[in-house]
Amino acid sequence: MSLTETMGTARQARAVRATRAPQHRPRFSRARGAEALWGYALIAPTGLGLAVFYLWPVVQTAYLSFTHAGPFGGGNTWTGLANYRELLADSEVRQALLNTLEYTGLGLAGIPIAVVFAALLCRPGMQGVSVYRTLFFLPVVTTPVAVAMIWRWLYNGDFGIINYLLSLVGVAGPHWIADPRTALYAMVVVGIWMSLGYNLVILMAGIQAIPKHYYEAAAIDGAGFVAQFLRITVPLLSPSIFFVSVVSVIGSLQLFDLVYVLVGGAGQSARTNPAFSRTETIVYLFYDKAFQTNDKGYAAAVAMVLLLLIVALTAAQFRLQRRWVHYA
Amino acid sequence: MSKLGRLGVLVVGIALVATAAGCGKASSTTDANAKVTLSYAVWDKNQVPAMQQLASRFTQDHPKITINVQLTPWADYWTKLKAAVTGGAAPDVFWMNGPSFQLYASNGVIRPVDAEIAADKVDLSAYPPSLVDLYTFNGKHYGLPKDFDTVGLWYNKELFDAKGVKYPGASWTWADFNAAAAKLTDKAKGQYAIAANLSSAQEYMYDTIYQAGGYVISPDGKKSGYADPATIAGLRFWTDLIKNGQSPDLKTMTDTAPINLFESGKTAMYWGGSWDAAEFSTNDYTKTKVDVAPLPKGQKQATIIHGLANVVSAKTTHPAQAWQFVKFLGSQQSAEILGQHGVIPAYNGTQNAWVTAHAEFHLQAFLDQLAYAVPYPVSKNTAAWQELETKYLTPAWNGQVDVAKAAGDLAAAMDAALAKE
Repeated sequence: MSLTETMGTARQARAVRATRAPQHRPRFSRARGAEALWGYALIAPTGLGLAVFYLWPVVQTAYLSFTHAGPFGGGNTWTGLANYRELLADSEVRQALLNTLEYTGLGLAGIPIAVVFAALLCRPGMQGVSVYRTLFFLPVVTTPVAVAMIWRWLYNGDFGIINYLLSLVGVAGPHWIADPRTALYAMVVVGIWMSLGYNLVILMAGIQAIPKHYYEAAAIDGAGFVAQFLRITVPLLSPSIFFVSVVSVIGSLQLFDLVYVLVGGAGQSARTNPAFSRTETIVYLFYDKAFQTNDKGYAAAVAMVLLLLIVALTAAQFRLQRRWVHYA
Repeated sequence: MSKLGRLGVLVVGIALVATAAGCGKASSTTDANAKVTLSYAVWDKNQVPAMQQLASRFTQDHPKITINVQLTPWADYWTKLKAAVTGGAAPDVFWMNGPSFQLYASNGVIRPVDAEIAADKVDLSAYPPSLVDLYTFNGKHYGLPKDFDTVGLWYNKELFDAKGVKYPGASWTWADFNAAAAKLTDKAKGQYAIAANLSSAQEYMYDTIYQAGGYVISPDGKKSGYADPATIAGLRFWTDLIKNGQSPDLKTMTDTAPINLFESGKTAMYWGGSWDAAEFSTNDYTKTKVDVAPLPKGQKQATIIHGLANVVSAKTTHPAQAWQFVKFLGSQQSAEILGQHGVIPAYNGTQNAWVTAHAEFHLQAFLDQLAYAVPYPVSKNTAAWQELETKYLTPAWNGQVDVAKAAGDLAAAMDAALAKE
């Protein structure tokens, strides 16, 4: 769903509320029925695809989470809530949840950064915008594995360029991704850097939709760049900010690749990293249980917890948006 | 996004229809004389040319059977294979390793071949017994051994010369090793004796566990050996090296893999499998500077032996042809071709081709250790307790927990995992 669609629907909703149609039920004429049938026929391919490839697996996963599942499908035995009971007592699940939430929270810091960058790039008279946009967008289209490989070298405690630069000013840098005190933050930095370009494109499109005469009026009233940014750009950009924050939270909650390649990688399992317990995420735990240790039932239960978490956080965001999102 | 999603659904839909049509065609050709194509899944890119060569040689003898060699890199091989088996689309013949074997055999997704072995009078004594045992489950044989590997002590001659340390030999003991390690360490230069690798149990802790007289898992596969004092001594061998500064700490080894430390002259020794011969002979730094010796002796001599086997999917529609191919791959003729391509063939008497292929290294050291080689420890769900090994031993390697305590906790957790098998 695109941003303009979101805004459009919201606008329609408001229009409907304002005009309030007369209260009798629409009569179901034959013509309307045929029209509805056509509608369903046209969305059927997408609907079926969604049902088969998205909804059915969700149902399957929910079912598997109540079983002890065989490694090659079949051989499932119903165990009721056993997986969930084990999960509640599992300190690794708790730690992975905390890590995931901390990563997600810290990752939100990328949004104000993107807003500032977007506002700067959209200033009138800014030169080379498309060059910057391309530069910022490159990490988005680069495969996460390649990104993580590069960062792994940058972060290397003994031979990495970051610690080399620090050594020039007399600071002995840590082993960024092998030290439990820094590893999670090292991941957050890479995560923000990777998503900056995507957020930037959405936000810049949002800024360009803000009518120019607001700024002209504000300028006449004596508002400088900062005042314009805080009083016009941010409030009118709030639908876009809301959208990128929802996407960012969902993406962060599903973090896997950075753990796999940055914390693990170089031919080694992430588990032998001393910082593993501070960087393991829920999806990594799921992968580990499902594909490494062949405990698919338990892994399904972990996935269900993640599903509930995403639903809860996204619902909360949609509730809270009424307080700060302005649909112009 | 939604456009892309719709396109995806369309593509998947078309693919589904196509595969459904494909399935219809492929089924029910069990006739031994029909023209068939067998899929053969492998994970080592370096061995693909050898596999292609074997495949075309096989087709020369069996013109009606063509082999489609499918490479899946190691990182994804097992995940993909598991999904393929679950979805009923497993390759007809594929590589199997020790830690995964019992999982596949106990779930009945690979085919026992005892009837074929008896009918074709295949001589199993042509292979090292530990390999034949590795691929036997509940008294049934699955597939034929392809190759094997043992672990040796690779060392950097230049660094040994610089410190005036005598090269390791067949008579080396743990005491000799530790004395050399002390001399080879030079903290000021960032020079270490060896990296106590935690990522490869096969090349590091498993070897010292058996050298110390301990064991990883009881012979019946029911009980963990980690609480045994001898096993703990085998683990302490490595944690002491880290504690004494003769090995880099776990953080350094996480950032830079031990093999890279060895290949850049930061460590003087490296315990590595026979397969490393291919790597070290092509690396510019190591090809002239390193050589290999047998592992040092603890309470006794030991090295881990492991090997692959070619197995047949239980769901193959061409079991007769698949067996023909497996039998060919296990033959002396195939072993000789394989030996020229960097791995030790399993067929007895063909290993010399491998030893002479890299005359710059003393590869005979790997074969000399066969007499006391210990099979790679496995059970039905090996991966489950291998995860536990890293989970419990990482803090010990990192110096946060004493190794005896870590090993004790690991033994309890591993016993619980084994009880679930």
